[in-house]
Amino acid sequence: MPLFDGKDKSRYASFTRRSLGLTGGMAAVFAILGGRLYQLQIRNGAEYRTQAEDNRVNQRLIAPPRGRIIDRFGVELANNRRNYRVLIVAEQATEGVPEALDAIGKVILLTDAQKKRVLRDIAANKKFVPVPVAENLSWEEFARINMHLPYLSGVQPDVGQTRDYPFGAEMVHVLGYVGSVSVSDKADDDDPLLDLPGFRIGKTGIEKAYDREVRGKAGSSRVEVNAYGRVIRELSRDSGVPGQDIWLTIDGELQRFTDQRLGTESAACCVLDVQTGDVLALSSTPGYDPNLFNVGITQQQLDTLTNDDHKPLINKALSGAYPPGSTFKPAMAMAAVQNGLKDLRVVCTGVTTLGNHQFHCWKRGGHGPVDLERGIAQSCDVFFYEVARRLGIDKMEAAARALGLGAPTGIELPHESSGFIPSAAWKLARYGIPWQQGESLVTGIGQGYVLATPIQLATLAARIASGRAVSPRIVHSVGGHSQPRPLPDPLPFTDEAFTLVRAGMDAVVNGGGTAGRWRIVEPGMAMAGKTGTAQVRRITKEERASGVKSNASLDWRLRDHVLFIAYAPVEQPRYALSCIVEHGSAEGHPQVEIAHDVLLFAQQRDPLARRPSYPADAAMVAPPPFLGGHG
Amino acid sequence: MNTRPYAAARRTLSIVDKLYEVNWGLVLLITIIACVGFAMQYSVAGGSFTPWATPQIWKFVIGFFILIVVAMVDVRVWLDLAYPAYAASLLLLIAVVIAGHVGKGAERWITMGGLGLQPSELMKISLVMALARYLHGLSVEDVSKPFRLLTALAMILIPAVFVFLQPNLGTTLIILADGASLLFLAGLSWWWIAPALASVAVAIPTAWQFVLHDYQKQRVLTFLDPESDALGAGWNITQAKIAIGSGGLTGKGFLGGTQSRLNFLPEKQTDFIFTNFGEEFGFVGCIALLILYAVVIGYGIQIANNARSQFGRLLAMGITLNFFFYLMINNMMVMGLIPVVGIPMPLISYGGSAMWSVMFGFGLLMSVHVHRQVEIPRHSGGII
Repeated sequence: MPLFDGKDKSRYASFTRRSLGLTGGMAAVFAILGGRLYQLQIRNGAEYRTQAEDNRVNQRLIAPPRGRIIDRFGVELANNRRNYRVLIVAEQATEGVPEALDAIGKVILLTDAQKKRVLRDIAANKKFVPVPVAENLSWEEFARINMHLPYLSGVQPDVGQTRDYPFGAEMVHVLGYVGSVSVSDKADDDDPLLDLPGFRIGKTGIEKAYDREVRGKAGSSRVEVNAYGRVIRELSRDSGVPGQDIWLTIDGELQRFTDQRLGTESAACCVLDVQTGDVLALSSTPGYDPNLFNVGITQQQLDTLTNDDHKPLINKALSGAYPPGSTFKPAMAMAAVQNGLKDLRVVCTGVTTLGNHQFHCWKRGGHGPVDLERGIAQSCDVFFYEVARRLGIDKMEAAARALGLGAPTGIELPHESSGFIPSAAWKLARYGIPWQQGESLVTGIGQGYVLATPIQLATLAARIASGRAVSPRIVHSVGGHSQPRPLPDPLPFTDEAFTLVRAGMDAVVNGGGTAGRWRIVEPGMAMAGKTGTAQVRRITKEERASGVKSNASLDWRLRDHVLFIAYAPVEQPRYALSCIVEHGSAEGHPQVEIAHDVLLFAQQRDPLARRPSYPADAAMVAPPPFLGGHG
Repeated sequence: MNTRPYAAARRTLSIVDKLYEVNWGLVLLITIIACVGFAMQYSVAGGSFTPWATPQIWKFVIGFFILIVVAMVDVRVWLDLAYPAYAASLLLLIAVVIAGHVGKGAERWITMGGLGLQPSELMKISLVMALARYLHGLSVEDVSKPFRLLTALAMILIPAVFVFLQPNLGTTLIILADGASLLFLAGLSWWWIAPALASVAVAIPTAWQFVLHDYQKQRVLTFLDPESDALGAGWNITQAKIAIGSGGLTGKGFLGGTQSRLNFLPEKQTDFIFTNFGEEFGFVGCIALLILYAVVIGYGIQIANNARSQFGRLLAMGITLNFFFYLMINNMMVMGLIPVVGIPMPLISYGGSAMWSVMFGFGLLMSVHVHRQVEIPRHSGGII
């Protein structure tokens, strides 16, 4: 057999042919690879480049420090403290978020509600956004998390800042509080900070009214991260703009005293500078701890607050509209003098008759002969029935409005009620019935339709005391810029009117009037004022016949509200006050006692005589350089 | 006529002659590609010779000597060693699969003299050798005879099944492709080829249903829609495409790739090394590198066609195709054209076993080249 034959030749030829064919196939594959590279790198290169950058670069929002809220003497009422917290980044939690939460739960206490919230936050955000798991940790808890960190994938310990209210409940109705951002908060605000998990926004009080100012502008940090989210280096940083400090006219010490003096009553008390309207104290009790809302209030705690019949969540000083009762009488007295009734004399027999209706004085036996000063001092209802009958509702309304009632005072706080002063036109429009003269009489003693808030009553006292149209103002400056405060205009009343009404209010306290028991005896500090009582129940004819029940015998919620407006000192007034104690009429005049203590404390401490430590007005110096941009 | 031409050939070629005959151009090309690999190992380590670049250089140096030594050995010796090598590889492979089943999970490695070896790597080379040996003895007509064909198919399928059981889908595919290519080159009749292609078309859905492991199916599904599981199994494909694509025309520059440095790419020093190259050197660099590979393959085809023995031709072409399939499957995988199957990029990916098997292959190729004039009769049993 030959070593090589035709069969060898034919298979060599076949090999050459077929290897050529395979070469063609390989060339085709190379062409496909080249085409694919063209597609990836040239055609879609820019897009992939962006994705690589997205991979590499994480843009992180930096929450700016929230501006402080400071009282007139530089005391911080709201500031920021270190907040040890634990964040989780969903895309880095390689074991899964619920597993990571379980792992955290073994290191620190974590409730099911917290876990649910975290999962909700994660669902609502992009996967790389850090979501807070637990905040305000103790140092021990924080250290434990750091120690276990190697076993906690996607978990980041972080030292943030959180709002702190050193005065707690004492200042809550002024400052308000911050809480988590709700859907409605985002509705008309497209600040990216609101999407930052764990961000807090002002919910009420100054925190809400000046939220934009104290919030500041978001900064951002561009960092290079690796696939596990570990930050390799910071590429650039824009530190943002810190929130502006808000300086209030409040005197923290006076506010604290006032609040403590109101104690556990359902009550409100405002203290104003009679000349400027600067609010020195604005208390509403009971309060609640604003830190609770910041840290995260439980449903149970919230229910307790909501269901409390003393309504701790309501700022009664602004939102509470009460029948002013006899505290309305000084306004009526001003109208009377202004309209030529300064020499009016009435003999009070305890009752007056209009048509076939009888209108009773609070004193069954009557006051006998009463003039303006005695009418105020003794709070004689019959005298003011007569004043109302002579004035008519239109003049009464005009005087009340001129003295600051019936409209919001414009104080820089949310949820202010406007109170109410009725008019003939309103009655007709509202009920289709003309105004009745009897309604004027009821209005004349501050009952019926009339409603006023404690801040309006304090304004009333300040206006009578100063003779000027002062309005309460609580914010002195924002970020070093003083808020405009024009000099209040003189009120459209004669000096005689002021003199006579002030004399009457002096007599209320110092002339054997209704508040005589609580005179301020310290020299030069005497106060003038006017008591008031607002019924919260109707006294029937039968009850009146058999003797009106004493308030002390009634259920708490049926007792009358007691009110007081005052200013001090009588000569050259500087402090005006209003005080209401809801259902406080069990015995005596607790509100007058409170007013006595507060006004005495105010005058002894005398914040108005001290130099406030407001910042130098920034408007006077060069504007600060722009802090934003790329750093 | 000399009845033992190989004896004469052995006498006429000294070691020096053989070294002179070595295609040093091809060796240079291989070295250049390997150097690209060193640079990439240096780059993915964040600009460091440790932990990959330095060991890789040593692995290549060893591989280089393997190449030269293998090239010096007469091609007829390799003809004689083909069946024993095949048998040894198959035994090792079976041993590993059994050990793997006794243990758990994919057990692909055995340790021999302190060196980790993958029997499946050995298998690829020895299958090409054994098949070339077998087909060398067959005329074109013989190849298509059922018994001969069945024997050849058995040689291919038995190791393929064991590699698949490891499980190692990528190498299985390469073994099947190597085997099929050699049958084709040996002149298998189109009457066999056409129905075979048709039955493969039928077999794919069947394999999907009954043969593939869940994780293998998952890879395929993920491949078809990487974004469906962008953080899980789709991560590799997505990130690999981002890395290559972001290179653009000219790349981000050496050491400028962020995808691998920041660990967005898994297996960055092994299977996905090409993505880092693409990111740093862009379209221009990738095409240049592919051209280098293409030239190497071109050399292989030329060597195959210049060999005077059918064994040499089949061996050279089989080695070349094996190298090509390696490259093709790896590149298609990292470019997102086929599912992730776990095949390294020859000469560039980190790893000794793959490096040495490739260099051994090139040694065989070079041996064919050096001994290209050697004629081996169809019925020759080799040297012995």
